[in-house]
Amino acid sequence: MTQETHSKQNKSALSNVLNCTLNWVDERFPLTSNIKAHLTEYYAPKNFNFWYFFGSLALLVLVLQILTGIFLTMHYKPDANLAFGSVEYIMRDVPWGWLIRYMHSTGASMFFVVVYLHMFRGIIYGSYRNPRELIWLFGVAIFLALMGEAFFGYLLPWGQMSYWGAQVIVNLFSTIPFIGPDVSEWLRGDYLVSDATLNRFFAFHVIALPLVLLGLVVAHLIALHEVGSNNPDGVEIKKLKDKKTGVPLDGIPFHPYYTVKDLVGVSAFLIVFTVILFFAPEMGGYFLEANNFIPADPLKTPAHIAPVWYFTPYYSILRAVPPILNSQFPGVAAMGLSVVAFAFLPWLDKSPVKSIRYRGGLYKAWLAAFVVSFLVLGYLGTVPSNVWGQFGAWLGGADRATVVARFFTVVYFLFFALMPWYTAKDKTKPVPERVTG
Amino acid sequence: MSDNQNDKHQADSQSCGCSQVDLEKRNFLIATSAVGALGCAAVAVPFVKSMTPSERAKAAGAPVEVDISKIEPGTVLTAEWRGQPVWIISRTDEMTAELSKNHDQLSDPNAEVSSQQPAYCKNEGRSIKPNIGVVVGICTHLGCSPTEKLKAGGDMGDGWQGGFFCPCHGSKFDLAGRVFKGSPAPVNLVVPPHKYLSENLLLIGVDNEDKA
Repeated sequence: MTQETHSKQNKSALSNVLNCTLNWVDERFPLTSNIKAHLTEYYAPKNFNFWYFFGSLALLVLVLQILTGIFLTMHYKPDANLAFGSVEYIMRDVPWGWLIRYMHSTGASMFFVVVYLHMFRGIIYGSYRNPRELIWLFGVAIFLALMGEAFFGYLLPWGQMSYWGAQVIVNLFSTIPFIGPDVSEWLRGDYLVSDATLNRFFAFHVIALPLVLLGLVVAHLIALHEVGSNNPDGVEIKKLKDKKTGVPLDGIPFHPYYTVKDLVGVSAFLIVFTVILFFAPEMGGYFLEANNFIPADPLKTPAHIAPVWYFTPYYSILRAVPPILNSQFPGVAAMGLSVVAFAFLPWLDKSPVKSIRYRGGLYKAWLAAFVVSFLVLGYLGTVPSNVWGQFGAWLGGADRATVVARFFTVVYFLFFALMPWYTAKDKTKPVPERVTG
Repeated sequence: MSDNQNDKHQADSQSCGCSQVDLEKRNFLIATSAVGALGCAAVAVPFVKSMTPSERAKAAGAPVEVDISKIEPGTVLTAEWRGQPVWIISRTDEMTAELSKNHDQLSDPNAEVSSQQPAYCKNEGRSIKPNIGVVVGICTHLGCSPTEKLKAGGDMGDGWQGGFFCPCHGSKFDLAGRVFKGSPAPVNLVVPPHKYLSENLLLIGVDNEDKA
C-alpha cells in the first residue's frame, strides 16, 4: 500500500517536472500550439487511400538526400581533375562509401518516382482546384527546383554523360534569341563546360537549390495546413463540422491516424528502395548510365547520349519539334512549356467536380491519352530517334520514332490546351455531401 | 461584419486625419525605396559578373601550333584549342572535287553566313588551302562533337560522300563542315581564325588580321 502511494507520488513528481518544463518552453516558443495545429488537432479527411502516401514519402526522400549528400561532400572534390577520381574513391576506398553514394543516386530517381505519383494524385483528385491553387503552384516550383537539383548533381561525377548532358542543356539557353549565347556563357563561366562550370554546379547543388527546396516545401505545407487536405471524393470536409467541437465530421487528427498510416507506406517504400539499392543500383543504365563510368572527354561525344529517365519525356518533346526559321528555339520553348504547363491546371480545369470519381468519360479519355503520351515520350527519350527505322519514301523517309514523338507531343499539349473545353462539356456525376468510405 | 469594419475604418481615418495623404512623407518614402533598390542593383553587379569567364579562362584561349605534314590525305587530325576539338581535315583531290557537287543539299554552300568563318575562308571549301580544312568540331546545334564519317556510303546510306554526323540529334555536315538541309543544326560548323606560319605549320587562334 505504502509502496504504491510512493510510486504514484514519484510519477506525479516526474510529470510535474515535465509539465513545468513544457510550460516554460510554451511561454517562450509556441511548441504545444504548433504540435496541435499541425499534428494532433490538424484534421485530415478520413478517406485517404494509397495515393496519399507519396507526399510523406517525398519528404522522407528529401531528408535521405540531404543526409547522404552531407556525407558525400566529405569525400567528393569539385575539381575537373579530381572529381571523377573522388567518386571512384568514394565507391572503392571510403568505408561504406558505395552504400552512401548508391543511396544518393538511387534516391534521386526514387525522388522523381514519388513526386510523379504525388503529382498524378493531385491531378486525378483535383487537388489543385480552388482553394488549393497556391499549394499546387508551390508544388510546381518544387518540381522545377528538383529538376535543377538533379541536373546540377548529374554533372558532379564528371563522367562522359555528365559532361555532354550539361553541354547540351546549357546550350539550350543559347537558342534564346539575342541574349542566348551570353546567357549560356555566363552559366558555364567559360567558353565550354569546364572546371569553372563544375565548381559552380557544385555550389548550386549542395547549398543554393537545397535551401530553395526546403523553403518551398515549408511554404507548400503551410499553404496545405491553411486550407486543409483534399481527398479522393474531392468534397470539402470543412463544410460540415461538429456543432459543439467545430471539428469536421469527416476529419480525423493527423496524429496518430495518418502518422501511423504513413509509417506503413514508409515500410513498403523502404523495401522497394533497398531492393533497388542492393540488387540494381544502376537499374540497367536507367538510374546511372554506362557512359558515365568513363571520365569526361571534351573532345569526344559518346555515340548515344540520352538524359536520365526522369527527363526523357521533355527531351523527346525537344527532339520532336523541328527547327523553325533556322532556329532551335521553338523546340526549347516547347520543352519549357511542357513542364510549366502544369502550373496552369487550376485555371484550365472548368469542371464542376474535382475528383475523377465524379467525372465523365470525356475527361477520363483525355487523361488516359495524356498518361500514354507521357509514357511513350518518356520511352522514346531513352533511345536514338532511328530506333524504329524509317518510313518509306512516301513520308520523305522520316524516322518512325520522330513521327510518333511528334504525334504524342501534340496530344500532350492538347490535354492542357483543350482542358477548358472538355472539362466543361464532360458529363459529371453528382458529388455526395460527405466523403464515401 | 464587413460593414462594421468599414465604418470603423472610416471613423478611424477621420479621427486621425489619415484620409489626407502626407505627400512629403510619401515622396520621401518613394525616394528612399528607389535609392535602396538602386543600391541593391549595384551590389548585384559584382555577384553576376563573378560568374562570367575569369581572366584565367580568357587567357586559356591562347593560339596553338599544329604540324600538318604528317596528316594522311583523307584523314582528320584533332587539335585542342580553347578546350574544344579543332579538326584539321586533309581532303584528297577527289574529296575536294566533291565539294562543288552537293550544293543543292546544303543550307549554306557558299559560306554566306559571315559569323561561321573568317572572310578569307568564304569559299566552298571554307579553307585557305583547298585541300586542308580547319573547323571547330562542335555541332552548331547544341554543342556535341560530331563523329567522323569520312568514307562515302557505309551506314550513312547511299549518296553519302563523306563528312560528319552528330550523334546527339542527327545533324549532318560535309567535308567542309557545311550543314546539310534538314539537320537540326542551323548553320555550318565554325572555322576558327588561323594562318600558316610556313608550308606545313598551322597556327590556330590567330590570323593575319591579328584577331585572337
